[in-house]
Amino acid sequence: MINRNLKEKGIESLLFFSAVIAVVALFLLCIFLFSDGIILFKHISVTSFITDTKWFPTAEPVHFGLLPLLLGSIIVTTGAVIFSVPLGIAAAIYISELADPKIANIVKPVTEILAGIPSVVYGFFGLVVLVPFLQKSLGLPTGQTALTGSIMLGIMALPTIISISEDAINSVPRSLKEGSLALGSTKWQTIYKVTVPAALSGISAAVMLGIGRAIGETMTVMMVTGNSAVIPGFPSGLFAPVRTMTATIALEMGEVPQGSDHFHALFAIGSVLFITTFIINIIANYIKRRYRFSL
Amino acid sequence: MSSDLGKKTEIQVKDLNLWYGDNHALHDVSINIPKNSVTALIGPSGCGKSTFLRCLNRMNDLIPSCRIEGDVHIDGENIYSKNIDVVDLRKRVGMVFQKPNPFPMSIYDNVSYGPKIHGAKKSDLDGIVEDALKSGALWKEVSDRLQSSALDLSGGQQQRLCIARTLAVKPEVILFDEPCSALDPLSTSKIEDLILELKKDYTIVIVTHNMQQAARVSDHTAFFLVGDMVEFGKTEQIFESPQEKSTEDYITGRFG
Amino acid sequence: MFSNAKTNEKIAFAMLRLAVLAVVAFVCIILYYIISNGLSAISLEFITEMPRNRMTEGGIYPAIMGTIYLIIGSMAFAMPLGILSAIYVNEYAKPSKTTWAIEMAIINLAGTPSVVFGLFGLALFVKYLGFGPSILSASLTLGLLILPVIIRASQEALITVPKEYREASLALGVTKWETTRRVVLPAAIPGMITGAILSIGRVAGETAPILLTGAAYFLPRLPNSIYSQFMALPYHLYVLATSGTNIAQTRPLQYGTALILLIIVLSVNIIAVVFRNHYRKKLSR
Repeated sequence: MINRNLKEKGIESLLFFSAVIAVVALFLLCIFLFSDGIILFKHISVTSFITDTKWFPTAEPVHFGLLPLLLGSIIVTTGAVIFSVPLGIAAAIYISELADPKIANIVKPVTEILAGIPSVVYGFFGLVVLVPFLQKSLGLPTGQTALTGSIMLGIMALPTIISISEDAINSVPRSLKEGSLALGSTKWQTIYKVTVPAALSGISAAVMLGIGRAIGETMTVMMVTGNSAVIPGFPSGLFAPVRTMTATIALEMGEVPQGSDHFHALFAIGSVLFITTFIINIIANYIKRRYRFSL
Repeated sequence: MSSDLGKKTEIQVKDLNLWYGDNHALHDVSINIPKNSVTALIGPSGCGKSTFLRCLNRMNDLIPSCRIEGDVHIDGENIYSKNIDVVDLRKRVGMVFQKPNPFPMSIYDNVSYGPKIHGAKKSDLDGIVEDALKSGALWKEVSDRLQSSALDLSGGQQQRLCIARTLAVKPEVILFDEPCSALDPLSTSKIEDLILELKKDYTIVIVTHNMQQAARVSDHTAFFLVGDMVEFGKTEQIFESPQEKSTEDYITGRFG
Repeated sequence: MFSNAKTNEKIAFAMLRLAVLAVVAFVCIILYYIISNGLSAISLEFITEMPRNRMTEGGIYPAIMGTIYLIIGSMAFAMPLGILSAIYVNEYAKPSKTTWAIEMAIINLAGTPSVVFGLFGLALFVKYLGFGPSILSASLTLGLLILPVIIRASQEALITVPKEYREASLALGVTKWETTRRVVLPAAIPGMITGAILSIGRVAGETAPILLTGAAYFLPRLPNSIYSQFMALPYHLYVLATSGTNIAQTRPLQYGTALILLIIVLSVNIIAVVFRNHYRKKLSR
């Protein structure tokens, strides 16, 4: 019996240590990211990092300005959201409220294929198909623009938005919809006056997660947005090349000498990126949890 | 039936209190459950009878918010004392649940599951399984298909399999938590016959919401109401001349 | 008024239908371009030969092998860890600050961008632990990346195991671990494996993390140890498409690589779904 209890205790500790590794990993991730990032501020002040409008990491004098990259990320992500949120929610409504179950059973796995395609394949597709298409059809000097990135990111965010919105819409109680229909509302009135508002918090969680995914995406934007680190105008910036935070890290890390200011600047950008997605995650999770209880 | 008056006490419960978080679910329950007899726990739903039953093999330990005070002695040993091993306790106090819950394995593997883990020799298993299935009144129906899935059995057969599975571990006490509530009348009567058969060798405590069942199978009956044990006595006495007004109301069907 | 509402409904439904059609069209267009252009590039030589002539001819054999090494390495690390973590969280942990911290860590790891994982892998495995740019560093980085995916899938698999099985076993005087091992895990393993298979697709497709932790532009031979650098399919595609020699001329190679990558990822997904459905049927019997 003592032997048996020892074994049970031993196994429980092993399981506990495995589970704690996730916490340790997140903790170490913060430490390593921030500690390498913070070294930058020995030579560059925090204010200049945040307010400098130029990113010239190898020029003389050097400029490590976060602003163009941050705004690049924001404009590409905003475009992606504008493109994918209405589309994704509309598709989710169609799948859960209108579609014949047979059709829904075909459409759903098809949208899941989008989630399976690797980002580098999206980037490649964008590069060889969408870039020349946009350049020609919009008469732009280059097709590698923020808009191109937005469209590709929008497509990539679709499966996240669709599946979580669909869950939210499905969890709206039937009785609520029947109540509305019984009052003589049309199906559409019921959808946009009852069902969608009731599912709204779930849908907003979906949107937040979609944003998180878009802002952190690297390969696709790197391959289709042209990567020039200038502060984009709005909305004209949509039609010009931009460079995001993620692309900057992936593009430049291969070339920088380890331990240089440039190296640490990339970690500083990584830290900003991490903190941003961290906050988005917390918010999305909070919204998700709240709606689960309120229904 | 009255002959077991002088029977030795097997389970002695004293001042048992139980809380789920802030909810005080059992108040000062004291009861002496005699050996080799059937004791029925009756009462309206939510009265605490199942909760009480689960105190006897410490299944309530699995509920994080649950807190228990008081003594439960089984065979003279306090099962809530520090040096009691819960796993050993549950070997001695078996339990059959409301819904038949066979494992998704073969009939044979279901019955041999307990003995195998508790270290029975491989060569003994066949005999153990056969004995348990015979005592569980299922052997005749399944002896030719021991390797087929337990999930293919009917509900009543599944429940008897669960009883056989419990018997295979050779407990002293068997707790039944509304064992027939999910079964048809024919299966129910088979299980009632089985319970009467089993009391020769085991001490049995059964929770039931079916008063006829309590009257048919039990020697003693305890009536529970909102966390209190209102009355405990010989079954005939409880049903024929209850001392408490609320017991009488319940038995005559005025509430619950 | 009545007919107005009806007209509105018609317009609205038409737009919803259009939205779904658009989504399906995206899938079809992407698949069509990659498949129709990639198919002609694929041959036995393409998948079994080394690249030649500065990667403008020949095959992608080392990139395929590199991706396989990464899959094996990251799964060997993340799968046992993920399954054990899920068992702890679902079966053992009582609600406490520690379990809350574990849940939060899983959620946030799942939402962290892959390029940030790349930075972390670079700082911890490549630099601090001195593994250098290597299969080991990249596998561990990818392993951390898919850890939350595997934990989540394993948790979901454990949740579907009926509580009754656990109670029945515990009531027979069987210890918690024996109950978990003999009753809970056999019922949950198919779901866990499905989750693991799905994360293989993720490992095969990730580029940014391996870019920072050891993927090579070109290697003349296969890696000979876990400390070697490696080629991998997604990075190879990126290199060919953006910084190779004669980008326009090697388009067929690029399409071929994209198609092979797509085939691996999608077939892995299909296998996972088929596997899950097969076992779901078996269990529900």
